[in-house]
Amino acid sequence: MLLTPRRFRTFAAAALLTLPGAALAAAPTVNKGDTAWMMTSTILVLLMILPGLALFYGGLARSKNMLSVMTQIGAVTALTMLIWVGWGYTEAFGDGGNAYIAGFGKAFLQGITPASTAATFTAGVAIPEYVFVCFQMTFAAITVALVLGSVVERMKFSAVLVFAAIWLTIVYFPIAHMVWAANGLFFTQGALDFAGGTVVHINSGVSALVACVILGKRIGYPREPMPPHSLTMTGIGTGLLWVGWFGFNAGSALEANGSAALAMINSFVATASAGLVWMLAEKLTRRKASALGFCSGIIAGLVAVTPAAGNSGPLGAIVLGAVASLVCYFAVTMLKPKLGYDDALDTFGIHGVGGTVGALGTGIVYSAALGGPSPDGWSMGHQLYVQLLTVGTTIAWSAFGTAIAIYVAKLLTGLRVSPDVEREGLDLGEHGERAYNH
Amino acid sequence: MKLIIAIIKPFKLEEVRDALAAVGVRGMTVSEVRGFGRQKGQTEIYRGAEYTTAFVPKVRIEAVVSDGLAPTAVEAIRETANSGAIGDGKIFVIDVDQAVRIRTGELNDDAI
Repeated sequence: MLLTPRRFRTFAAAALLTLPGAALAAAPTVNKGDTAWMMTSTILVLLMILPGLALFYGGLARSKNMLSVMTQIGAVTALTMLIWVGWGYTEAFGDGGNAYIAGFGKAFLQGITPASTAATFTAGVAIPEYVFVCFQMTFAAITVALVLGSVVERMKFSAVLVFAAIWLTIVYFPIAHMVWAANGLFFTQGALDFAGGTVVHINSGVSALVACVILGKRIGYPREPMPPHSLTMTGIGTGLLWVGWFGFNAGSALEANGSAALAMINSFVATASAGLVWMLAEKLTRRKASALGFCSGIIAGLVAVTPAAGNSGPLGAIVLGAVASLVCYFAVTMLKPKLGYDDALDTFGIHGVGGTVGALGTGIVYSAALGGPSPDGWSMGHQLYVQLLTVGTTIAWSAFGTAIAIYVAKLLTGLRVSPDVEREGLDLGEHGERAYNH
Repeated sequence: MKLIIAIIKPFKLEEVRDALAAVGVRGMTVSEVRGFGRQKGQTEIYRGAEYTTAFVPKVRIEAVVSDGLAPTAVEAIRETANSGAIGDGKIFVIDVDQAVRIRTGELNDDAI
């Protein structure tokens, strides 16, 4: 019943793998401080989605689509929770299975009781398994909600729900297993990913790109102006995302300890540097530092520091945030217009690109020479090779799985709203409401 | 009676209102409008997507005054709404046939 911990820090993982005998011998202790912190972290991640991401994305959409964005995010979050209980948790974290998915023995959370525990990174220290189930549930929910950023303002509500259910099952749960389960593919390869840069950000970003390319552009894009309808709400969402992200990153330590504290300081400073650097890039290339630029930089920094949170020193994190911000800035302002895809809210440009920079950069900033926590004998070259392999596998898996999920949704419900509904707005056409009645 | 229509910069509204009240204008209607003249539009940039908005926000004031008061009122608006830059706006004066106060039925100069 003992759940083996997630996340692969090469050496911690190697040490843990040799431990099960010892760990089983002494029953793991559940610490109330760790438990309280993990419960807090879990609801912080929920705060990132509702209302954080809903406001962040909603503000970027046009006012006629505000409610549809918020409703899609709310509905897929709720749907994820039910699917997670049904088969998500066991598919990702159940006992047994192979390198790609876990066993289905914990379907409908069978066998889990208040006394069940999940291991942390410290031998002999555990948290209640229900807390681990909830914590991981919020990660699944935010990832699928993030994907929607590229397809808003035109995808049918019913198609969104069908897509979410299939995508979670064939893309998210397997990748979560590969990344975080002890017998998962990436875990055993020794990749570094503290809080889910690959499974959450590269995964959602690449899936968003594939989904929006199959779905097609919004009517009028890019000829018609489609400015964000409320950067005020986007700004509020940005703040909530940043605050909630401490649950995401520091919570991924699974304990209230020094590793969580390292993740915390890094989630402050990488983000701060990324927010300022985005505005600096704007100032240098387009003369004005903007509010949306600040928000975009903040998110780019948070995305990039996710895999590095507990795997970098603060100085390394500052550099990583700055580099990711610059690369995302060019992806969003130059690459997207050049290639012409309609990633409406830039999920690929920020999460896909920033996630990739973060995953590869983690292989560098981990180095003790740069202030990171790498142990003696660690090889940057080998680590970068492993990081690259993980990134490549994730990109291929999510692109292929997303294509399947989108085409199945197309078959079952049709993908796009009618042109009339799209012009009038999805709020009225799909939900029968308006966001603003002045 | 004359209808004075003035299109002015939004931040000048309070000043113009006070000036008109000072010369004896007893009522006006104000609306937020958009348009362009020599000032053209503005450029907005969101994540690198540049939009040139052809219309800039202005405030439109409508006031009906007696024939005698019209030149003074126009001058009051011109003085207070003037910032010396393009985009300060325009004033139009139109003849009015009739004015009626709805509550009492008073007509023309008595109604304004």
